[in-house]
Amino acid sequence: MGKKKVALKVENVSMKFNLSAEKVNDLKDYIIKFLKRQLRYQEFWALQDISFEMEEGERLGILGFNGAGKSTLLKVIAGVLKPTKGQVVKKGTIVPLLELGAGFDSQYTGAENIYLYGAVLGYSKEFIDEKYDEIVKFSELGDFINVPIKNYSSGMKARLGFSIATVVEPDILIVDEVLSVGDAKFRKKSEKKIKSMFDKGVTVLFVSHSLEQVKRLCNKAILLEKGQIIASGTVEEVSAIYEEKLK
Amino acid sequence: MQNYIKNFMRYRFLLKELVKKDIKLKYRRSVLGLFWTLLEPLLTTCVLAFVFGTLKSKSDHAFPVYILTGRLMYTYYSNSTKSAMKSIRSNAAMIKKVYVPKYIYPLSAVISNFVTFLLSLIVLVGAMIVLRVEPTLYLFGAVAPLALLFLMAFGSGMILATIAVFFRDMEYLWGVALMLIMYCSAIFYAPETLGSNEWALHLNPLYCLIENFRAAVYGNPFNMESLGYAAAVSVVSVMAGVGLFAKQQDKFILNI
Repeated sequence: MGKKKVALKVENVSMKFNLSAEKVNDLKDYIIKFLKRQLRYQEFWALQDISFEMEEGERLGILGFNGAGKSTLLKVIAGVLKPTKGQVVKKGTIVPLLELGAGFDSQYTGAENIYLYGAVLGYSKEFIDEKYDEIVKFSELGDFINVPIKNYSSGMKARLGFSIATVVEPDILIVDEVLSVGDAKFRKKSEKKIKSMFDKGVTVLFVSHSLEQVKRLCNKAILLEKGQIIASGTVEEVSAIYEEKLK
Repeated sequence: MQNYIKNFMRYRFLLKELVKKDIKLKYRRSVLGLFWTLLEPLLTTCVLAFVFGTLKSKSDHAFPVYILTGRLMYTYYSNSTKSAMKSIRSNAAMIKKVYVPKYIYPLSAVISNFVTFLLSLIVLVGAMIVLRVEPTLYLFGAVAPLALLFLMAFGSGMILATIAVFFRDMEYLWGVALMLIMYCSAIFYAPETLGSNEWALHLNPLYCLIENFRAAVYGNPFNMESLGYAAAVSVVSVMAGVGLFAKQQDKFILNI
């Protein structure tokens, strides 16, 4: 077995949130609460001292119950949240397949949104020009591509989002239960696309409540509970512990 | 520093797309399209010139040009700071999902407003021709107050964007502050009408810019003192805005 390179390194990542007892989000409330000395914050550690490494081509499933910190961990890795402590070292491009199409502008047409969303994901204009036809074809939108997004069905939006996000060949792919995009036909196609990325040796982080899916797609797993890793190893070992906890 | 520049270059295309989007969407649904940019200040200037022109004794034959210079600059400052302030909240969906340098949003708001502002200057040129305000070499100097206006709008926009994330009622407070700024900018009255209180106008950096812009348009030399003051305020506001924004931006996501 040849030694593989590390694609992602998460080092002692902790994430602290301030939960105010009551939400203060305007100046008036803030001043009143401040004068009455009612500004209290509760600290809450969503992640505590998380460390792990992923080698290139590894597919890691993240398991855990609601509120265990799975989504927070993904956001930290994607660079959306900055950890309170620790750091994430990544190599290559990351593509997050999280809530596809969240960056769309509803007044813009599909074609314009391809450029806008592509720009949000950090692609260059030349790259989108080159891949434009491929995106349109994969999304199966046909003539609808010149219609404003606000007239799209949610399935059409998700299809377009998926097509734009997967047109690159990322080094690291973050998947948060999105394999249920569109109708049965498109779902098959998108699963096939993701599988083909797997075959090219992309590193995958996968979050799902479905143990079945995780077992099918991943080779390694970690189990989170209350922001800490309580088990890690091969997917069989970890899912056995997870099933134990379910009982 | 080098990293910042590299990151900016990577997202340059996004900045361009956002500016384009702002401008496109603003005019897509109106029949007159970009023509509104020209018509709107023209019509309001007609109203203001009619109201205030009849109130005071007409000493200035080019009173509409006087109004237009002040009004266009004030409108730019007001619109760009307002949309920069809202930019973080209105792009919350994107900020929560994908990493993007966040300053891109207020910056694109200030730039797209500046583009429409520059277009609307065509109206001013038209008014100058009709009212025979002869252009002089001083007109080239107009670049200075316009550039400073952009910097000041960007600086204030960054400060406001940061505050508005934490305090939502900032939008209303700023609306009130803008009204005060408008009345203190001598848009539709001559500063001399304030008599001995005229110095107070010079505390308002926006008025200082308007004053110097007018000087360039009417072919007079700059008031170096007030231009210097406005330049200092602009630079300080950009530094404060960028500093504050950079320091607080990691907390944005927890509040939007």
